[in-house]
Amino acid sequence: MDDQKKLAIIATKGTLDWAYPPFILASTAAALGYETQIFFTFYGLQMLRKDLSCLKVSPLGNPGMPMKMPFGPKWFKGINWNIPNAVQALVPGYESVATALMKQTIKNNGVASIPELRELCQEAEVKFIACQMTVELFGFEHSDFIDGVEFGGAATFFEFAGETDICLYI
Amino acid sequence: MNFDKELDARGLNCPLPILRCKKSLNEMTSGLVLKVISTDPGSVKDFAAFAKQTGNELLTSAEAGGEYTFFIKKK
Repeated sequence: MDDQKKLAIIATKGTLDWAYPPFILASTAAALGYETQIFFTFYGLQMLRKDLSCLKVSPLGNPGMPMKMPFGPKWFKGINWNIPNAVQALVPGYESVATALMKQTIKNNGVASIPELRELCQEAEVKFIACQMTVELFGFEHSDFIDGVEFGGAATFFEFAGETDICLYI
Repeated sequence: MNFDKELDARGLNCPLPILRCKKSLNEMTSGLVLKVISTDPGSVKDFAAFAKQTGNELLTSAEAGGEYTFFIKKK
C-alpha cells in the first residue's frame, strides 16, 4: 500500500449552497496531496450536470440563512431581511431572485463559482463517480453529465472508501 | 526577500489562494521561492497548514495594511 492520504466524499445535496462543501474540500485535499473521490448520489447528481443553472438556493424553511442584500450602502447591506415562510412560499420566482442575490454575494466576496471549483477539482484529478442507480431513478442520461464522470454503485464506492483516511457524508 | 515567482491572490477567498499557490508551485522547480499576496484573513493559518502538510517550506508570513505576504520555498 502506498502512503498517499485518501479522501472520499459522498455528495447528496442538489442546491447551490450545498454544492460548495464537497468541491471546496475535494479541491483543497487534492492540493494537499490527497487522492480524492466524490461519489454523487440522489440530488448530488445535479452538481455533475453540464448545465449548472439547476443549482439554486432556497431560503424557504431555512432559518439559518442570512438574507442580506449584495448591493447598496453599508447600512443597507447589513439589514437581515426576515421574511416569513408563508410570504416566501407565495411569491412567484422567490427562489430565483434569492439565487441571483446569492450568486452576487459570492462574487462580491471573491468566492469561486461552482463551475470554477468543479473544474479545479477535475484539473487536480479528483475522481467523480455518479451513482448509476439514481441516474436511472431520476431519468437522467449519461449525456446530461460532464465528461470524465464515471458511473458506478455502492460497491464501487466502497472499493475506494475502504482504503481512505477520511470519509465524509455531505 | 528574494523570490522567483509572484502570485497575486488579492480579493480571492478560501480555498482559491491555496489552490492557485499549489498550481504556481507545480510550475516551479525544487528550491525556488514563491511570493504570495493575499487579503483573506483565513489564509494565515491556511498557508501554515498547507506548508506543514505538503512539505513546502513557509519561509515567512507577514501582515501589513490588511494584506498578507507569504514566501514559500518549493520542496
